[in-house]
Amino acid sequence: MPEQPPPHEPERAVAGTGMGGAMDLGAREASTLEGAPGGPESTGPVALRSSAASGGRARSLWSDAWRDLRRNPVFLVSALVICFLVVIAIRPSLIAPGNPLTCDLARAQDGPAPGHPFGFDGQGCDVYTRTVHGARASVTVGVCATLGVALLGSVLGGLAGYFGGASDALLSRATDIFFAIPVVLGGLVLLSVVTSNTVWPVVGFIVLLGWPQIFRIARGSVIAAKQQDYVQAARALGASHSRILLRHIAPNAVAPVIVVATIALGTYIALEATLSYLGVGLKPPSVSWGIDISAASPYVRNAPHALLWPAGALAITVLAFIMLGDAVRDALDPRLR
Amino acid sequence: MAEPILEVRGLVKHYPLTRGVLFKKQIGEVRAVDGVDFTLDRGETLGIVGESGCGKSTVAKTLCNLERPTAGEIRYRGEDITRLSGKALKAVRRNIQMVFQDPYTSLNPRMTVGDIIGEPYEIHPEVAPKGDRHRKVRELLDVVGLDPEYVNRYPHQFSGGQRQRIGIARALALRPEIVVADEPVSALDVSVQAQVINLMERLQTEFELSYVFIAHDLSVVRHISDRVGVMYLGRIVEIGTDEQIYEHPTHPYTQALLSAVPVPDPDARERRERIILSGDVPSPTDIPSGCRFRTRCWKARERCALEVPPLAVPAEFRYDTGPQVHDSACHFAAERQVVPPRERDAGGDSSTRAH
Repeated sequence: MPEQPPPHEPERAVAGTGMGGAMDLGAREASTLEGAPGGPESTGPVALRSSAASGGRARSLWSDAWRDLRRNPVFLVSALVICFLVVIAIRPSLIAPGNPLTCDLARAQDGPAPGHPFGFDGQGCDVYTRTVHGARASVTVGVCATLGVALLGSVLGGLAGYFGGASDALLSRATDIFFAIPVVLGGLVLLSVVTSNTVWPVVGFIVLLGWPQIFRIARGSVIAAKQQDYVQAARALGASHSRILLRHIAPNAVAPVIVVATIALGTYIALEATLSYLGVGLKPPSVSWGIDISAASPYVRNAPHALLWPAGALAITVLAFIMLGDAVRDALDPRLR
Repeated sequence: MAEPILEVRGLVKHYPLTRGVLFKKQIGEVRAVDGVDFTLDRGETLGIVGESGCGKSTVAKTLCNLERPTAGEIRYRGEDITRLSGKALKAVRRNIQMVFQDPYTSLNPRMTVGDIIGEPYEIHPEVAPKGDRHRKVRELLDVVGLDPEYVNRYPHQFSGGQRQRIGIARALALRPEIVVADEPVSALDVSVQAQVINLMERLQTEFELSYVFIAHDLSVVRHISDRVGVMYLGRIVEIGTDEQIYEHPTHPYTQALLSAVPVPDPDARERRERIILSGDVPSPTDIPSGCRFRTRCWKARERCALEVPPLAVPAEFRYDTGPQVHDSACHFAAERQVVPPRERDAGGDSSTRAH
């Protein structure tokens, strides 16, 4: 973050005094080393105590991370994009009052026209309206599937990694079985029997096949974190399992989960598109970027705009989530501050 | 002074070696600690030395209830603490705390120093009322020689020595009676080692602590310890006061260890003889019969393979008095001067101690 705005200045000043403090300490340590234990020790605490009273309130990892995020432009931009997406997913008619199912075959594949800035697709539907209305299905699939996968995978993986034993062995073998299921074939088999034309069967299918990936990553990083001495120290203090897991292990094991989950979010939206293209995801009266992308791909040379707008919307969404994940991960690592 | 606060009797920790994924089969065991006895008196520092892999750290972990011993007892104020759980265990943990070897992994990198030192109070809320904790944390930082203004910093902003001070502050937060220090200075460079050792000595008098101080560096242990136990392959082979172990060692392993300590005086270095042990430490999965040191001992005879030497005053010194009379697990214990006698100058023995 080299282009920090002026609000960063006071921060730097604080760091400056901190450095001075560290040097003072070095001097104090040196004098104790020389073997005059009474001298500097007896005067030191008095001065220190008076300044202790004026100290600010205690900070924690989360409050520091939030302070950090608020001035991170990457976070602000991606959060803004995501907020916008969520708003249009809830109320698409705010910016696209038209009906995405009102199509005019006579204008099929036409380019942009007044009132129709993105042009028309192969069925003569307005691409702008369909792209805006398609956000709901795609964002729902992406966000819900990622949340489900991340929650299920990291909770199971975290518990398996932390407690180990027979349940860990069983769960780990179960992930091997799920990894062996081919995604597209599994989707064709499982989703072809579903009659509901909502996003939820697709979300459920993605969670079912996606959790083992996060499970493995979470399990591995929890095992790595639990062997650290600070976890032993917490145990020696008498900390409960939930305290150790939530305060010591989770913050140190969450980074790889965030990275993989945000990248997976994009692939889940693309997977919804793939399944819709194969006819087992959402079916045509529904509107989604996946359906539009697959419908537009056969005539991409004649009407590229019908493909580019929904695909661009998809790319921006995925990028926003990945950048958000990166920013959150960095903010949770004090070493990067 | 001689009131025992911690008694360890027949402490054993074996780790099973298993094979198989779901159906595990035991194919052997690592005998990390294999019958350790010692007593720690109130206000005393007991040093434990030995090579890497001799079970020192496992002893430390069982003392702090981080590992449950396979057999044996650890009596804290007369009560066996090895089988405790729940509330009773939590209460004992308040009184036995640990300082870890590596200051870089023993502090959670995602917690502020204030949170790290304050966590003991959150776990044991009865120790300090909520409003008081912030002040106590600052006091602790001050006690270990750090600026209380550092509460909101993260561990990576400190040097190794400062981090170890934070670890010590955390261990002291609950006002324990016993602190188990597992190689607390091994990861620090020499000048910082001295500062941390001196700090620990100061805190010992200030907080009336008893230390179990584990290290592989003989001179560091000598500097801080009142008594010293020498471990080899999961057992204590010789235990006694500072003077008894360093000036009058009777166990061949202790003598070999001491003969390897660097001597700063070149003349003395010329005069002393080094005992070079042959072979490697046997694997703790396959411990020799009888005396476990016999495979590397120049004194070994048939008796050593048949009989386990007990850790007691050797028979040959039964009627003696003097510093050579102390517990030594050897059938053929004999005194042997390995460290060249010091120059007995006016300052006496304590001021010339190396560290």
